[in-house]
Amino acid sequence: MTFQSFSLQDAALPPDLDRLREEVRDFLSDERRAGHYERTPDGWDRYDPDFSRRIGAKGWIGMTWPEQYGGRARTSLERYVVTEELLTSGAPVRAHWLADRQIGPLFLAYGSEEQKAEYLPRIAAGDCYFCAGLSEPDSGSDLSSIRTRAERSDRGWRVNGRKIWTSYAHRAHYMNLFARTSPRDEKHRHAGVSQFILDLASPGVSIRPIVNIAGDHDFNEVVFEDVFIPEARLIGQVGGAWGQVSTELAHERSGSERWVNSFGALVAMTDISADLEAGAGQVGRLTAHLWTLHRMSFAIAAMIQRGVVPMAEAALVKDLGTSFDQAVPAAARDFITEERRADLGPERLAAIDHAALYAPSHSIRGGTREILRGIIARELGLR
Amino acid sequence: MSEIAGLLADSAERLFGQRLTKAVRDEADQGGLTGGLWDACAELGLDLAALTEARGGAGLTDADLCAMARLAGRHALPVPLVETWLAERALATAGLEPLPEGTSATISPVLLSDAPELLRDGGTWRLSGTLRRVPHGRHARVLVVIAQTAEGWRTVRMDAPDPAALDRNYAGEPRDSFRLDGVSVTAIGEGGSRDDLHFDGALFRAAQMAGAMERVLDMTVAYAKERAQFGRTISKFQAVQQQIARLAGEAAAASAASHAAGDARSLGPARFETACAKLRAGEAAGEVAAIAHQVHGAVGFTHEYHLHFLTRRLWSWRDEFGSEAEWSDWVGAIAGKVGGEGLWAFLVKPDPALTAGPKELAGG
Ligand SMILES: Cc1cc2nc3c(=O)[nH]c(=O)nc-3n(C[C@H](O)[C@H](O)[C@H](O)COP(=O)(O)OP(=O)(O)OC[C@H]3O[C@@H](n4cnc5c(N)ncnc54)[C@H](O)[C@@H]3O)c2cc1C
Repeated sequence: MTFQSFSLQDAALPPDLDRLREEVRDFLSDERRAGHYERTPDGWDRYDPDFSRRIGAKGWIGMTWPEQYGGRARTSLERYVVTEELLTSGAPVRAHWLADRQIGPLFLAYGSEEQKAEYLPRIAAGDCYFCAGLSEPDSGSDLSSIRTRAERSDRGWRVNGRKIWTSYAHRAHYMNLFARTSPRDEKHRHAGVSQFILDLASPGVSIRPIVNIAGDHDFNEVVFEDVFIPEARLIGQVGGAWGQVSTELAHERSGSERWVNSFGALVAMTDISADLEAGAGQVGRLTAHLWTLHRMSFAIAAMIQRGVVPMAEAALVKDLGTSFDQAVPAAARDFITEERRADLGPERLAAIDHAALYAPSHSIRGGTREILRGIIARELGLR
Repeated sequence: MSEIAGLLADSAERLFGQRLTKAVRDEADQGGLTGGLWDACAELGLDLAALTEARGGAGLTDADLCAMARLAGRHALPVPLVETWLAERALATAGLEPLPEGTSATISPVLLSDAPELLRDGGTWRLSGTLRRVPHGRHARVLVVIAQTAEGWRTVRMDAPDPAALDRNYAGEPRDSFRLDGVSVTAIGEGGSRDDLHFDGALFRAAQMAGAMERVLDMTVAYAKERAQFGRTISKFQAVQQQIARLAGEAAAASAASHAAGDARSLGPARFETACAKLRAGEAAGEVAAIAHQVHGAVGFTHEYHLHFLTRRLWSWRDEFGSEAEWSDWVGAIAGKVGGEGLWAFLVKPDPALTAGPKELAGG
C-alpha cells in the first residue's frame, strides 16, 4: 500500500458537477444577500436550525440516500461538491452536520427499517440533529475502555454513566451513544459495546457546559442516571458497535471539514498580504496546500463512490488537513507583526485570531494525530 | 492512463529494473555517459513519448507523460528523458522538425535570468548568450534554445556545442554552461515561450519527485521492517512508525498534486496547478528525504546503499525550474490578485487569464 490512489483520471465524474457547484454558490449568495448569514470568524462551525432547514429543502442533506428515506440518490462526488461549497463559504451548517455525515450512513448500513423510516426523512429535512457520545473522562483515544453501561430492562435498556467533550449536546435532539452492554473482556477489547439512539430530552440526562480556551461553549459533559432507551433504539447488533464504526469514521475523517477550519483566516491573510505587500510567500504556500487537500478529498469521495472504505487514506488526509489548519495562523505570524496588527485593527484579524485559538483542537478531535498516524503505520504493515 | 501509455510504462518498468545496476548508476554519478541506457530507452520509444499524433507520435496526454515521469523518478533514471520531451514540445510549438528517433536533447534557458539573443547578420542568424545549468548539456546531441529577437521569441535547434563549463546538481547530474558568441544557426522556428518551458519543466520535475518519494517510502518501510535493534525490528518503535506515517502523508500529497496537475495540463495551460504541484512536491521532498535518512541510520548515509540516488535527486529537483520560495511568491501574488473572497472559486477552477503573464524573477 503506497497511497497512490489519488488520481481522478479513472473516476467516473458526473458531468454536471460544475453546474451543481454553481447552483450551490448562487443559493449561498442569495442567502447572504437576504441577510441569512455572513462569513464570520467561526466559519461553518455555527448552529443555525433555520439555515439547516433551508439546506434540507434544497435537497442538500442526505443527498446520497435513497429517495424513499428523503434522500436524493445523488453520488458521493455530488455530495462532496455541495459540502465543500457550504463549508468554504462559511455557511452555518453545524446543526445538521453530524447527522448528515455519519448518522445517515450508519442507519443505512445497520439501522432497522423502522429507524430508517423514522429518522432519515427528518434528518434530510434539516429538522433532526445528533451529537456523538464516545469520549468519557477516562476514555479518549482508547475507546475500548468506556464505562457507560446499558443494561437490559423491561422492553429496552437502562443507561448509567458519563460522556464528556460532547459537542453541541446542548442543542442536539439525539446522541449516538456508545455504551457497554457486557463487561470488558481483555481478550476481545472491542467486543461488548453497542450503539444507541439516546433522546437527550429523556429523564435522567443532565448536560453541563464546558467552556473552551476561546471562551466558547461547544462541548459538554453529559451524565446519565437510569436513562431509559426503548429497544427499538439499539442500532445494529448488540455488542457490534466497533464493527459498525469504521465506515462512519472514514466518512468523519475524509471530508473537507478537516481542512476548512482556518479557511476564513486564509481569506483574510490573502487580502492583508496584498494590501501590505508582504507575506505573499506564506499565502502562496498555504494556497498550494489547500489546493492539494481539495484534490485529495475529492479523490477520496471518488473512492467512496466506488464502494471502497478509504480508512487509511481518510486518516492520512485528516492528518495533513489538521496540520494545514494549524499552519495557517502560524504563517500569519510571519508577516502580521504586532506593529501591523495595531494598524489593521481587530475586525480584519478576527478570523486569524479565531484560527489561532482553535488550532490545538484540530489534531485532537476526531482521532488524535498520533492515533491517525498509527492507523497509517498499520496500513503500511509496520505494526 | 491510456492503454498505450500503460504498455509503455510496463516495458519501461522492466527495462529500468534490469538496466539500472549499481555500476550504471555510479557511472552516471561521475557525470559519465550512460549511452547504452539511453539507447535502450529509445528502443522502447520513450524518447518520443512527447511526440503528438500530428507529428507522428503516440499522442500521450500530459497526464500520461507525468505518469511516465513519476516512473522515471521512482527509478532515479539518470538520462535526459524529460528534457528530450521538453525539447520536442518546444520544436512542435515552433513548427520545427521532430527529433529523429534515438536523439537525446536538452533545452535552454532553464534559468529565467538567462536571455539568449538571436540577431540577423546579413543573411545569417546568429545566436548569442550564456546558457547556464543546462540539464545533461554535455551528453545531449541536440540543444533547443528559446531566444529573443526584436520581433519576439524564436525557437532554435542546433547540434549541442561543447560546454564552456561543466557543473552538476547534488545528484551528480550534469548541469552545464554553454557560451554562444554569435553562433550561426539555421533551424529557427517562430514562437516559443521561455515561460512555457519553465512551467512544463516544473510539471515534470514535480512528477519525478512524486515518483522518487513513492520509492523512498517503499524502501523506508522495507528497511524498518528488516532492521532489528533492542531485540525487535525498528518498525515496532512508535517513534519510528509515526515518522514513517508522516513520510507517507507527504509522499501521498506530492503524488496527488502531481496527478492533479497532470490531469489539468492535459486540458489546458494549468499554470496555477503546476505551480501548486511543484511547490507542494518540493516541500514534501524535504520532509521525505529527511525522515527516510533518519530511519535508515548510518547505512543510508553511505554511497554503497541505494537511498541517496533518490534523495540527492529530490534535493536537486526541488530547486530546479523554480524552488518553493520562488513558486510560493508567484502563487501568493496570484492569490493576492484574485483576492480573499474569490480565492476558493479560483482554486477550484483557476482562470488561465490571471496566470498568463511572464513569470518574473522572484525577489527573494
Ligand atoms: C473541540 C473538541 C470537540 C470534541 N467533540 C467530541 C464529541 O462531540 N464527541 C466525543 O465523543 N468526543 C469529542 N471530542 C473528544 C475527542 O474525540 C478526544 O479528545 C480524542 O479522542 C482524544 O482523547 P483525549 O482528549 O482523552 O486524549 P488522550 O487519549 O488522553 O490522549 C492524550 C495524548 O496522548 C496521546 N496518545 C494516546 N494514546 C496514544 C497511543 N496509543 N499512542 C500514542 N499516543 C497516544 C494522544 O495522541 C494525545 O496526544 C472532542 C474533542 C475536542 C477537542
